[in-house]
Amino acid sequence: MNIIEKILAKASDRRDVNPGEIIEANIDKVMANDITAPLAVKAFKEMGGKKVWDKERIILVLDHLVPANRDRSAELHMLLRKFVREQKIKHFYDVGRGGVCHQIMMENHVKPGEVIVGGDSHTCTYGAIGSFATGIGSTEVASVFLTGKLWFKVPKTINIVIEGKLKQPSAPKDIILYIIGQFRADGATYMGIKFSGETIKDISVDGRMTLCNMVVEMGAKNGIIEPDDKTALYLKERGFTSPNFIKDDVDAKYYKTVYYDASEVEPMVACPFTVDNVKPVSEVDKVEIDQAVIGSCTNGRLEDLRLAAQIFRNKRVKEGVRVLIIPASQKVYMDAMNEGLLETFIKAGALICNPCCGPCYGGHLGLLAAEEVCISTTNRNFVGRMGHPKAKIYLASPATVASSALTGRISVPR
Amino acid sequence: MEICGKVLKYGSDINTDVIIPGQFLVLTNSEELAKHAMEGLDLEFHKKVKERKIIVAEKNFGCGSSREQAPIALKYAGVKCILAHSFARIFYRNAINVGLPVLECGEVVMKILEGDELYINPKTGLIKNISRDVEFNVNPVPDFLLEIMEVGLVKFIRERRKS
Repeated sequence: MNIIEKILAKASDRRDVNPGEIIEANIDKVMANDITAPLAVKAFKEMGGKKVWDKERIILVLDHLVPANRDRSAELHMLLRKFVREQKIKHFYDVGRGGVCHQIMMENHVKPGEVIVGGDSHTCTYGAIGSFATGIGSTEVASVFLTGKLWFKVPKTINIVIEGKLKQPSAPKDIILYIIGQFRADGATYMGIKFSGETIKDISVDGRMTLCNMVVEMGAKNGIIEPDDKTALYLKERGFTSPNFIKDDVDAKYYKTVYYDASEVEPMVACPFTVDNVKPVSEVDKVEIDQAVIGSCTNGRLEDLRLAAQIFRNKRVKEGVRVLIIPASQKVYMDAMNEGLLETFIKAGALICNPCCGPCYGGHLGLLAAEEVCISTTNRNFVGRMGHPKAKIYLASPATVASSALTGRISVPR
Repeated sequence: MEICGKVLKYGSDINTDVIIPGQFLVLTNSEELAKHAMEGLDLEFHKKVKERKIIVAEKNFGCGSSREQAPIALKYAGVKCILAHSFARIFYRNAINVGLPVLECGEVVMKILEGDELYINPKTGLIKNISRDVEFNVNPVPDFLLEIMEVGLVKFIRERRKS
Protein backbone atom coordinates (compact mmCIF):
# COMPACT_ATOMS: atom_id res chain seq x y z
CA MET A 1 0.00 0.00 0.00
CA ASN A 2 1.03 3.59 -0.42
CA ILE A 3 1.14 6.10 2.45
CA ILE A 4 -2.47 7.28 1.91
CA GLU A 5 -3.84 3.73 1.83
CA LYS A 6 -1.83 2.78 4.92
CA ILE A 7 -3.17 5.72 6.92
CA LEU A 8 -6.75 5.02 5.86
CA ALA A 9 -6.38 1.28 6.59
CA LYS A 10 -5.11 2.05 10.08
CA ALA A 11 -7.90 4.57 10.71
CA SER A 12 -10.57 2.09 9.65
CA ASP A 13 -9.07 -0.89 11.53
CA ARG A 14 -8.44 -2.85 8.35
CA ARG A 15 -5.49 -4.89 7.26
CA ASP A 16 -5.59 -3.25 3.82
CA VAL A 17 -7.69 -0.98 1.64
CA ASN A 18 -7.92 -0.50 -2.12
CA PRO A 19 -8.69 2.56 -4.24
CA GLY A 20 -12.44 2.89 -4.80
CA GLU A 21 -13.42 1.10 -1.57
CA ILE A 22 -15.72 2.93 0.80
CA ILE A 23 -14.44 2.91 4.38
CA GLU A 24 -15.49 4.43 7.66
CA ALA A 25 -12.50 6.07 9.31
CA ASN A 26 -11.96 7.09 12.90
CA ILE A 27 -11.14 10.78 12.84
CA ASP A 28 -8.18 11.97 14.90
CA LYS A 29 -9.07 15.66 14.80
CA VAL A 30 -11.74 17.90 13.30
CA MET A 31 -11.36 21.63 12.68
CA ALA A 32 -13.87 24.32 11.75
CA ASN A 33 -13.71 28.10 11.47
CA ASP A 34 -16.04 31.06 11.94
CA ILE A 35 -17.88 30.64 8.63
CA THR A 36 -18.18 26.85 8.64
CA ALA A 37 -18.54 26.07 12.37
CA PRO A 38 -21.77 28.06 12.96
CA LEU A 39 -23.66 25.89 10.42
CA ALA A 40 -22.04 22.81 11.97
CA VAL A 41 -23.24 23.82 15.46
CA LYS A 42 -26.74 24.35 14.08
CA ALA A 43 -26.67 20.93 12.35
CA PHE A 44 -25.23 19.25 15.48
CA LYS A 45 -28.21 20.46 17.49
CA GLU A 46 -30.72 19.52 14.77
CA MET A 47 -29.22 16.01 14.71
CA GLY A 48 -30.18 15.76 18.37
CA GLY A 49 -26.58 16.16 19.55
CA LYS A 50 -26.24 16.77 23.28
CA LYS A 51 -22.57 16.08 23.85
CA VAL A 52 -19.64 16.04 21.41
CA TRP A 53 -17.76 12.78 20.90
CA ASP A 54 -14.46 14.14 22.23
CA LYS A 55 -13.97 17.70 23.46
CA GLU A 56 -10.20 17.42 23.07
CA ARG A 57 -10.23 16.48 19.38
CA ILE A 58 -12.29 19.42 18.15
CA ILE A 59 -10.44 22.59 17.17
CA LEU A 60 -12.37 25.79 16.53
CA VAL A 61 -10.66 28.84 15.07
CA LEU A 62 -11.95 32.33 14.34
CA ASP A 63 -10.12 33.55 11.24
CA HIS A 64 -12.33 34.70 8.37
CA LEU A 65 -14.00 37.58 10.19
CA VAL A 66 -11.35 38.61 12.73
CA PRO A 67 -11.96 41.00 14.37
CA ALA A 68 -15.68 41.08 13.67
CA ASN A 69 -16.41 43.63 10.93
CA ARG A 70 -20.17 43.87 11.48
CA ASP A 71 -22.86 42.80 13.90
CA ARG A 72 -23.65 39.60 12.02
CA SER A 73 -20.00 38.47 12.19
CA ALA A 74 -19.95 39.22 15.93
CA GLU A 75 -23.06 37.06 16.32
CA LEU A 76 -21.34 34.12 14.61
CA HIS A 77 -18.41 34.50 17.01
CA MET A 78 -20.76 34.71 19.98
CA LEU A 79 -22.55 31.54 18.87
CA LEU A 80 -19.22 29.68 18.74
CA ARG A 81 -18.05 30.96 22.13
CA LYS A 82 -21.29 29.71 23.64
CA PHE A 83 -20.84 26.27 22.02
CA VAL A 84 -17.24 26.13 23.29
CA ARG A 85 -18.43 26.87 26.85
CA GLU A 86 -21.36 24.44 26.72
CA GLN A 87 -19.31 21.58 25.31
CA LYS A 88 -16.08 22.45 27.17
CA ILE A 89 -14.17 22.38 23.83
CA LYS A 90 -10.51 22.37 24.78
CA HIS A 91 -8.96 24.03 21.73
CA PHE A 92 -10.61 27.29 20.80
CA TYR A 93 -8.68 30.13 19.16
CA ASP A 94 -10.47 33.39 19.80
CA VAL A 95 -9.57 36.86 18.46
CA GLY A 96 -5.93 37.58 19.30
CA ARG A 97 -5.16 33.99 20.29
CA GLY A 98 -4.64 32.27 16.97
CA GLY A 99 -4.69 33.17 13.30
CA VAL A 100 -5.53 31.38 10.07
CA CYS A 101 -7.02 27.98 10.97
CA HIS A 102 -4.61 25.87 8.89
CA GLN A 103 -1.54 27.60 10.29
CA ILE A 104 -2.90 27.08 13.83
CA MET A 105 -3.49 23.41 13.12
CA MET A 106 0.05 22.96 11.79
CA GLU A 107 1.62 24.85 14.69
CA ASN A 108 -0.28 23.08 17.46
CA HIS A 109 -2.25 20.01 16.47
CA VAL A 110 -1.34 18.04 13.34
CA LYS A 111 0.78 14.91 13.65
CA PRO A 112 2.00 12.56 10.91
CA GLY A 113 -0.20 9.54 10.20
CA GLU A 114 -3.38 11.14 11.54
CA VAL A 115 -6.69 11.45 9.72
CA ILE A 116 -7.89 15.03 10.02
CA VAL A 117 -10.94 16.67 8.50
CA GLY A 118 -11.77 20.34 8.46
CA GLY A 119 -14.59 22.61 7.49
CA ASP A 120 -12.43 24.39 4.95
CA SER A 121 -11.20 23.23 1.56
CA HIS A 122 -7.55 24.01 2.33
CA THR A 123 -7.44 21.45 5.15
CA CYS A 124 -5.35 19.45 2.65
CA THR A 125 -2.40 21.62 3.81
CA TYR A 126 -1.64 19.20 6.68
CA GLY A 127 -0.36 16.50 4.36
CA ALA A 128 2.88 18.51 4.44
CA ILE A 129 3.92 16.49 7.49
CA GLY A 130 2.43 13.18 6.39
CA SER A 131 -1.12 13.27 7.67
CA PHE A 132 -4.22 12.45 5.61
CA ALA A 133 -6.24 15.65 5.73
CA THR A 134 -9.16 16.83 3.65
CA GLY A 135 -11.88 19.46 3.54
CA ILE A 136 -15.53 18.71 4.28
CA GLY A 137 -18.75 20.71 4.62
CA SER A 138 -20.43 21.90 7.79
CA THR A 139 -23.00 19.11 8.15
CA GLU A 140 -20.27 16.49 7.98
CA VAL A 141 -18.29 18.48 10.55
CA ALA A 142 -21.39 18.19 12.76
CA SER A 143 -21.59 14.43 12.19
CA VAL A 144 -17.93 14.12 13.22
CA PHE A 145 -18.62 16.23 16.33
CA LEU A 146 -21.25 13.63 17.14
CA THR A 147 -19.62 10.34 16.16
CA GLY A 148 -15.91 10.87 15.54
CA LYS A 149 -16.25 8.94 12.28
CA LEU A 150 -16.63 9.72 8.59
CA TRP A 151 -16.93 7.72 5.36
CA PHE A 152 -14.36 8.08 2.59
CA LYS A 153 -13.80 6.57 -0.79
CA VAL A 154 -10.16 5.43 -0.79
CA PRO A 155 -8.66 7.67 -3.48
CA LYS A 156 -6.55 6.71 -6.44
CA THR A 157 -3.14 8.24 -5.82
CA ILE A 158 -1.07 10.23 -8.28
CA ASN A 159 2.63 10.26 -7.45
CA ILE A 160 4.12 13.60 -8.51
CA VAL A 161 7.88 13.23 -8.60
CA ILE A 162 9.83 16.47 -8.67
CA GLU A 163 13.53 16.35 -9.44
CA GLY A 164 16.09 19.03 -10.16
CA LYS A 165 17.16 22.09 -8.26
CA LEU A 166 14.72 24.95 -7.97
CA LYS A 167 16.39 27.99 -9.50
CA GLN A 168 16.31 31.35 -7.68
CA PRO A 169 14.02 33.25 -7.51
CA SER A 170 11.49 30.44 -8.08
CA ALA A 171 9.73 29.12 -4.99
CA PRO A 172 7.44 26.23 -4.01
CA LYS A 173 4.48 28.45 -4.98
CA ASP A 174 5.79 28.58 -8.53
CA ILE A 175 6.07 24.77 -8.62
CA ILE A 176 2.48 24.23 -7.51
CA LEU A 177 1.12 26.91 -9.85
CA TYR A 178 3.03 25.29 -12.70
CA ILE A 179 1.62 21.85 -11.82
CA ILE A 180 -1.96 23.18 -11.54
CA GLY A 181 -1.51 24.77 -14.96
CA GLN A 182 -0.57 21.36 -16.35
CA PHE A 183 -3.25 19.32 -14.54
CA ARG A 184 -5.98 21.97 -14.94
CA ALA A 185 -8.70 22.69 -12.37
CA ASP A 186 -10.27 19.22 -12.50
CA GLY A 187 -7.21 17.15 -13.37
CA ALA A 188 -6.98 15.40 -10.01
CA THR A 189 -10.64 15.33 -8.94
CA TYR A 190 -11.30 12.78 -6.14
CA MET A 191 -7.62 11.75 -6.15
CA GLY A 192 -4.84 11.75 -3.62
CA ILE A 193 -1.60 13.50 -4.56
CA LYS A 194 1.73 12.35 -3.19
CA PHE A 195 4.70 14.64 -3.76
CA SER A 196 8.10 12.98 -3.84
CA GLY A 197 11.54 13.31 -5.38
CA GLU A 198 14.83 15.05 -4.59
CA THR A 199 13.41 18.55 -4.83
CA ILE A 200 10.83 17.86 -2.12
CA LYS A 201 13.59 16.75 0.27
CA ASP A 202 15.16 20.22 -0.10
CA ILE A 203 11.93 22.12 0.51
CA SER A 204 11.15 23.28 4.06
CA VAL A 205 7.96 22.31 5.87
CA ASP A 206 6.65 25.86 5.22
CA GLY A 207 7.15 25.31 1.49
CA ARG A 208 5.68 21.81 1.61
CA MET A 209 2.57 23.34 3.17
CA THR A 210 2.24 25.66 0.15
CA LEU A 211 2.41 22.63 -2.19
CA CYS A 212 -0.16 20.55 -0.30
CA ASN A 213 -2.40 23.59 0.34
CA MET A 214 -3.13 24.09 -3.34
CA VAL A 215 -3.82 20.51 -4.50
CA VAL A 216 -7.52 21.23 -4.00
CA GLU A 217 -7.23 23.77 -6.84
CA MET A 218 -6.87 20.81 -9.22
CA GLY A 219 -9.67 18.94 -7.51
CA ALA A 220 -7.62 16.59 -5.33
CA LYS A 221 -8.90 15.09 -2.10
CA ASN A 222 -5.59 15.44 -0.31
CA GLY A 223 -1.90 16.13 -0.80
CA ILE A 224 0.77 14.31 1.15
CA ILE A 225 4.53 14.19 1.62
CA GLU A 226 6.30 11.34 3.39
CA PRO A 227 7.69 12.49 6.74
CA ASP A 228 11.49 12.79 6.95
CA ASP A 229 14.19 14.52 9.01
CA LYS A 230 12.71 17.95 8.27
CA THR A 231 9.35 16.71 9.55
CA ALA A 232 10.98 15.35 12.72
CA LEU A 233 12.68 18.69 13.36
CA TYR A 234 9.42 20.59 12.75
CA LEU A 235 7.68 18.37 15.30
CA LYS A 236 10.51 18.73 17.81
CA GLU A 237 10.42 22.52 17.58
CA ARG A 238 6.73 22.32 18.50
CA GLY A 239 7.38 20.04 21.46
CA PHE A 240 6.03 16.89 19.78
CA THR A 241 7.85 13.60 19.70
CA SER A 242 8.12 11.86 16.35
CA PRO A 243 5.98 8.74 16.07
CA ASN A 244 7.02 5.85 13.84
CA PHE A 245 6.45 7.55 10.51
CA ILE A 246 4.04 5.91 8.09
CA LYS A 247 5.58 5.69 4.60
CA ASP A 248 4.98 3.87 1.31
CA ASP A 249 5.50 0.11 1.29
CA VAL A 250 8.24 -0.94 -1.13
CA ASP A 251 5.58 -2.35 -3.46
CA ALA A 252 3.30 0.70 -3.16
CA LYS A 253 1.09 1.31 -6.19
CA TYR A 254 -0.10 4.52 -7.77
CA TYR A 255 -2.80 5.31 -10.29
CA LYS A 256 -0.05 7.10 -12.18
CA THR A 257 3.33 8.73 -11.71
CA VAL A 258 4.25 12.05 -13.32
CA TYR A 259 7.63 13.74 -13.36
CA TYR A 260 8.56 17.41 -13.25
CA ASP A 261 11.92 19.12 -13.46
CA ALA A 262 12.04 21.94 -10.89
CA SER A 263 15.00 23.55 -12.61
CA GLU A 264 12.71 24.46 -15.51
CA VAL A 265 10.10 26.18 -13.34
CA GLU A 266 10.33 29.94 -13.66
CA PRO A 267 8.28 32.39 -11.55
CA MET A 268 4.63 31.72 -12.44
CA VAL A 269 1.38 33.61 -12.07
CA ALA A 270 -2.24 32.40 -12.17
CA CYS A 271 -4.19 34.93 -14.20
CA PRO A 272 -7.88 35.87 -13.83
CA PHE A 273 -10.27 34.16 -13.37
CA THR A 274 -9.18 30.57 -12.76
CA VAL A 275 -6.28 29.10 -10.79
CA ASP A 276 -5.28 26.91 -13.75
CA ASN A 277 -4.82 29.91 -16.05
CA VAL A 278 -1.09 29.86 -15.33
CA LYS A 279 1.59 31.79 -17.25
CA PRO A 280 5.23 32.67 -16.63
CA VAL A 281 5.50 36.07 -14.92
CA SER A 282 7.60 37.23 -17.85
CA GLU A 283 4.54 36.97 -20.14
CA VAL A 284 2.32 39.27 -18.09
CA ASP A 285 4.86 41.79 -16.80
CA LYS A 286 3.12 44.79 -18.26
CA VAL A 287 0.03 44.46 -16.06
CA GLU A 288 -0.25 47.37 -13.62
CA ILE A 289 -1.45 46.66 -10.08
CA ASP A 290 -3.39 48.56 -7.42
CA GLN A 291 -2.91 46.18 -4.49
CA ALA A 292 -0.41 43.53 -3.41
CA VAL A 293 -1.26 40.99 -0.70
CA ILE A 294 1.19 38.78 1.16
CA GLY A 295 -0.46 36.32 3.54
CA SER A 296 -3.02 33.48 3.82
CA CYS A 297 -2.87 29.75 4.54
CA THR A 298 -0.92 29.41 1.30
CA ASN A 299 1.90 31.90 1.86
CA GLY A 300 1.60 33.79 5.15
CA ARG A 301 4.38 32.02 7.04
CA LEU A 302 7.69 33.25 8.41
CA GLU A 303 9.67 31.99 5.42
CA ASP A 304 7.31 33.89 3.09
CA LEU A 305 7.59 37.10 5.11
CA ARG A 306 11.39 36.78 5.19
CA LEU A 307 11.49 36.54 1.40
CA ALA A 308 9.24 39.55 1.01
CA ALA A 309 11.23 41.58 3.56
CA GLN A 310 14.45 40.82 1.69
CA ILE A 311 12.93 42.46 -1.38
CA PHE A 312 11.40 45.41 0.51
CA ARG A 313 14.56 46.20 2.52
CA ASN A 314 15.51 49.86 2.14
CA LYS A 315 12.99 50.31 -0.69
CA ARG A 316 9.65 52.04 -0.99
CA VAL A 317 6.44 50.58 -2.41
CA LYS A 318 5.50 52.26 -5.70
CA GLU A 319 3.28 55.30 -5.25
CA GLY A 320 -0.35 54.35 -5.92
CA VAL A 321 0.10 50.71 -4.84
CA ARG A 322 -1.18 49.54 -1.47
CA VAL A 323 0.44 46.54 0.19
CA LEU A 324 -1.19 44.33 2.80
CA ILE A 325 1.03 42.04 4.87
CA ILE A 326 -1.00 39.46 6.80
CA PRO A 327 0.99 37.09 9.03
CA ALA A 328 -0.78 33.71 9.17
CA SER A 329 -0.73 33.46 12.96
CA GLN A 330 0.08 35.32 16.16
CA LYS A 331 3.25 33.20 16.33
CA VAL A 332 4.32 34.16 12.81
CA TYR A 333 3.51 37.80 13.68
CA MET A 334 5.67 37.67 16.81
CA ASP A 335 8.55 35.91 15.04
CA ALA A 336 8.42 38.47 12.22
CA MET A 337 8.52 41.25 14.79
CA ASN A 338 11.49 39.72 16.62
CA GLU A 339 13.40 39.38 13.36
CA GLY A 340 12.73 43.01 12.47
CA LEU A 341 10.70 42.13 9.40
CA LEU A 342 7.75 44.25 10.44
CA GLU A 343 9.93 47.35 10.61
CA THR A 344 11.11 46.67 7.05
CA PHE A 345 7.52 46.42 5.86
CA ILE A 346 6.41 49.58 7.63
CA LYS A 347 9.35 51.56 6.32
CA ALA A 348 8.57 50.35 2.80
CA GLY A 349 5.04 51.71 3.13
CA ALA A 350 3.17 48.44 3.64
CA LEU A 351 0.19 47.99 5.94
CA ILE A 352 0.49 45.14 8.44
CA CYS A 353 -2.88 43.55 9.18
CA ASN A 354 -3.79 41.22 12.01
CA PRO A 355 -3.55 37.47 11.40
CA CYS A 356 -6.71 36.43 9.51
CA CYS A 357 -7.81 35.29 6.06
CA GLY A 358 -7.83 38.90 4.86
CA PRO A 359 -9.12 39.74 1.38
CA CYS A 360 -8.87 36.07 0.35
CA TYR A 361 -12.19 35.68 2.10
CA GLY A 362 -13.84 38.43 0.05
CA GLY A 363 -16.09 39.69 2.81
CA HIS A 364 -13.86 41.18 5.46
CA LEU A 365 -10.91 43.49 4.77
CA GLY A 366 -8.73 44.69 1.91
CA LEU A 367 -11.39 44.35 -0.78
CA LEU A 368 -11.16 45.64 -4.35
CA ALA A 369 -13.25 48.01 -6.47
CA ALA A 370 -14.38 47.31 -10.03
CA GLU A 371 -11.48 47.17 -12.53
CA GLU A 372 -8.83 47.17 -9.78
CA VAL A 373 -5.96 44.71 -10.09
CA CYS A 374 -4.41 42.78 -7.21
CA ILE A 375 -1.42 40.47 -7.10
CA SER A 376 -1.61 38.11 -4.18
CA THR A 377 0.09 35.14 -2.54
CA THR A 378 -3.33 33.62 -1.81
CA ASN A 379 -4.95 30.63 -3.50
CA ARG A 380 -7.98 31.65 -5.57
CA ASN A 381 -8.60 34.28 -8.24
CA PHE A 382 -12.25 33.57 -9.02
CA VAL A 383 -14.71 36.29 -10.05
CA GLY A 384 -15.63 38.28 -6.93
CA ARG A 385 -13.17 36.46 -4.67
CA MET A 386 -11.79 39.73 -3.25
CA GLY A 387 -14.72 42.07 -3.60
CA HIS A 388 -16.08 43.46 -6.85
CA PRO A 389 -16.75 40.87 -9.61
CA LYS A 390 -14.88 43.11 -12.05
CA ALA A 391 -11.70 43.23 -9.95
CA LYS A 392 -8.84 41.08 -11.24
CA ILE A 393 -6.63 38.87 -9.07
CA TYR A 394 -3.28 37.38 -10.07
CA LEU A 395 -1.76 34.68 -7.84
CA ALA A 396 1.99 34.43 -7.35
CA SER A 397 4.83 33.74 -4.91
CA PRO A 398 5.76 36.14 -2.08
CA ALA A 399 8.87 37.22 -4.01
CA THR A 400 6.90 38.01 -7.16
CA VAL A 401 4.23 39.89 -5.19
CA ALA A 402 6.81 41.94 -3.27
CA SER A 403 8.76 42.79 -6.43
CA SER A 404 5.56 43.79 -8.19
CA ALA A 405 4.67 46.11 -5.30
CA LEU A 406 7.95 47.97 -5.83
CA THR A 407 7.55 48.45 -9.58
CA GLY A 408 3.76 48.90 -9.68
CA ARG A 409 3.35 46.19 -12.29
CA ILE A 410 3.65 42.41 -12.28
CA SER A 411 7.38 41.78 -12.15
CA VAL A 412 9.87 38.92 -12.08
CA PRO A 413 11.53 38.98 -8.64
CA ARG A 414 14.97 40.66 -8.52
CA MET B 1 -37.03 9.54 -6.03
CA GLU B 2 -38.03 10.93 -9.43
CA ILE B 3 -37.42 14.46 -10.66
CA CYS B 4 -39.03 16.31 -13.56
CA GLY B 5 -38.37 19.82 -14.81
CA LYS B 6 -36.82 22.14 -17.32
CA VAL B 7 -33.12 22.74 -17.82
CA LEU B 8 -30.98 25.72 -16.86
CA LYS B 9 -27.54 25.33 -18.44
CA TYR B 10 -24.11 26.46 -17.23
CA GLY B 11 -20.55 25.79 -18.36
CA SER B 12 -17.41 24.34 -16.73
CA ASP B 13 -15.67 25.17 -13.45
CA ILE B 14 -18.63 26.93 -11.82
CA ASN B 15 -17.01 27.69 -8.45
CA THR B 16 -18.62 28.12 -5.05
CA ASP B 17 -17.45 31.76 -4.85
CA VAL B 18 -19.79 32.67 -7.71
CA ILE B 19 -22.55 30.37 -6.44
CA ILE B 20 -22.53 32.27 -3.14
CA PRO B 21 -20.00 35.12 -2.84
CA GLY B 22 -17.95 35.29 0.40
CA GLN B 23 -19.60 38.44 1.68
CA PHE B 24 -22.88 36.51 2.22
CA LEU B 25 -21.39 33.75 4.35
CA VAL B 26 -22.32 35.67 7.49
CA LEU B 27 -25.89 34.60 6.72
CA THR B 28 -27.04 31.38 8.40
CA ASN B 29 -30.67 31.40 7.29
CA SER B 30 -31.22 29.23 4.19
CA GLU B 31 -33.85 31.52 2.62
CA GLU B 32 -31.60 34.56 3.04
CA LEU B 33 -28.69 32.70 1.43
CA ALA B 34 -30.97 31.68 -1.44
CA LYS B 35 -31.60 35.32 -2.33
CA HIS B 36 -27.93 35.63 -3.31
CA ALA B 37 -27.56 32.33 -5.17
CA MET B 38 -25.45 32.60 -8.34
CA GLU B 39 -25.00 36.32 -7.73
CA GLY B 40 -21.39 36.16 -8.86
CA LEU B 41 -22.26 34.55 -12.18
CA ASP B 42 -25.76 35.21 -13.41
CA LEU B 43 -27.90 38.14 -12.29
CA GLU B 44 -30.84 36.66 -14.20
CA PHE B 45 -30.65 33.39 -12.23
CA HIS B 46 -33.67 34.04 -10.01
CA LYS B 47 -35.86 34.86 -12.97
CA LYS B 48 -34.68 31.76 -14.86
CA VAL B 49 -34.98 29.32 -11.94
CA LYS B 50 -38.70 30.03 -11.57
CA GLU B 51 -39.24 28.09 -14.81
CA ARG B 52 -36.09 25.98 -15.08
CA LYS B 53 -35.22 24.08 -11.93
CA ILE B 54 -32.72 21.49 -13.14
CA ILE B 55 -29.17 22.79 -13.53
CA VAL B 56 -27.14 21.02 -16.20
CA ALA B 57 -23.47 21.97 -16.16
CA GLU B 58 -20.22 20.83 -17.69
CA LYS B 59 -17.01 19.85 -15.86
CA ASN B 60 -16.00 20.42 -12.23
CA PHE B 61 -19.23 21.98 -10.94
CA GLY B 62 -18.83 23.46 -7.44
CA CYS B 63 -15.05 23.71 -7.38
CA GLY B 64 -13.29 25.83 -4.77
CA SER B 65 -14.31 26.53 -1.22
CA SER B 66 -15.94 23.92 1.05
CA ARG B 67 -18.81 26.31 1.83
CA GLU B 68 -21.96 24.26 2.28
CA GLN B 69 -23.81 27.53 1.86
CA ALA B 70 -23.41 26.96 -1.92
CA PRO B 71 -25.70 23.91 -2.30
CA ILE B 72 -27.99 25.35 0.41
CA ALA B 73 -28.41 28.59 -1.58
CA LEU B 74 -29.18 26.67 -4.79
CA LYS B 75 -31.62 24.30 -3.10
CA TYR B 76 -33.58 27.04 -1.37
CA ALA B 77 -33.58 29.15 -4.54
CA GLY B 78 -35.64 26.35 -6.08
CA VAL B 79 -33.08 24.11 -7.82
CA LYS B 80 -34.41 20.53 -7.76
CA CYS B 81 -31.42 18.66 -9.16
CA ILE B 82 -27.96 19.24 -10.67
CA LEU B 83 -26.57 17.16 -13.51
CA ALA B 84 -22.95 17.79 -14.39
CA HIS B 85 -20.23 16.22 -16.50
CA SER B 86 -18.32 16.06 -13.19
CA PHE B 87 -18.46 17.62 -9.73
CA ALA B 88 -15.80 18.91 -7.38
CA ARG B 89 -15.71 16.42 -4.53
CA ILE B 90 -16.56 18.62 -1.55
CA PHE B 91 -19.52 20.17 -3.37
CA TYR B 92 -20.74 16.69 -4.37
CA ARG B 93 -20.74 15.52 -0.75
CA ASN B 94 -22.24 18.78 0.51
CA ALA B 95 -25.10 18.67 -2.00
CA ILE B 96 -26.01 15.12 -0.96
CA ASN B 97 -25.76 16.10 2.71
CA VAL B 98 -28.16 19.03 2.33
CA GLY B 99 -30.57 16.87 0.30
CA LEU B 100 -29.97 18.38 -3.12
CA PRO B 101 -29.90 15.58 -5.74
CA VAL B 102 -26.74 15.52 -7.89
CA LEU B 103 -25.88 13.13 -10.67
CA GLU B 104 -22.59 12.76 -12.49
CA CYS B 105 -23.38 12.33 -16.19
CA GLY B 106 -20.19 12.65 -18.26
CA GLU B 107 -20.68 13.50 -21.95
CA VAL B 108 -24.46 13.09 -21.67
CA VAL B 109 -24.74 16.71 -20.51
CA MET B 110 -23.66 17.86 -23.96
CA LYS B 111 -26.86 16.34 -25.40
CA ILE B 112 -29.12 18.36 -23.14
CA LEU B 113 -29.95 21.95 -24.07
CA GLU B 114 -31.29 25.00 -22.27
CA GLY B 115 -35.03 24.68 -21.64
CA ASP B 116 -35.23 20.92 -22.40
CA GLU B 117 -37.68 19.01 -20.27
CA LEU B 118 -36.13 16.09 -18.32
CA TYR B 119 -37.20 13.12 -16.25
CA ILE B 120 -34.48 11.91 -13.85
CA ASN B 121 -34.30 8.83 -11.66
CA PRO B 122 -31.13 8.97 -9.50
CA LYS B 123 -31.69 5.41 -8.21
CA THR B 124 -31.62 3.79 -11.64
CA GLY B 125 -29.50 6.41 -13.39
CA LEU B 126 -32.14 6.91 -16.07
CA ILE B 127 -32.41 10.35 -17.65
CA LYS B 128 -35.12 10.99 -20.25
CA ASN B 129 -34.90 14.07 -22.41
CA ILE B 130 -38.64 14.42 -23.02
CA SER B 131 -38.23 17.40 -25.36
CA ARG B 132 -35.97 15.42 -27.68
CA ASP B 133 -37.38 11.96 -27.03
CA VAL B 134 -34.04 10.37 -26.06
CA GLU B 135 -32.94 8.39 -23.01
CA PHE B 136 -29.60 8.13 -21.29
CA ASN B 137 -28.30 5.80 -18.62
CA VAL B 138 -25.68 7.19 -16.26
CA ASN B 139 -24.13 5.66 -13.12
CA PRO B 140 -26.84 5.55 -10.46
CA VAL B 141 -26.24 7.17 -7.09
CA PRO B 142 -25.06 4.40 -4.68
CA ASP B 143 -27.81 3.22 -2.30
CA PHE B 144 -26.18 4.47 0.91
CA LEU B 145 -25.83 7.97 -0.58
CA LEU B 146 -29.34 7.89 -2.01
CA GLU B 147 -30.69 7.38 1.49
CA ILE B 148 -28.84 10.50 2.69
CA MET B 149 -29.73 12.48 -0.45
CA GLU B 150 -33.47 11.88 0.04
CA VAL B 151 -33.68 13.47 3.48
CA GLY B 152 -30.36 15.25 4.07
CA LEU B 153 -27.64 14.15 6.51
CA VAL B 154 -29.14 15.95 9.53
CA LYS B 155 -32.43 14.08 9.35
CA PHE B 156 -30.69 10.85 8.34
CA ILE B 157 -28.57 10.90 11.50
CA ARG B 158 -31.41 12.09 13.72
CA GLU B 159 -33.63 9.18 12.59
CA ARG B 160 -30.82 6.65 12.90
CA ARG B 161 -30.07 7.78 16.45
CA LYS B 162 -33.72 7.30 17.42
CA SER B 163 -33.85 3.71 16.21
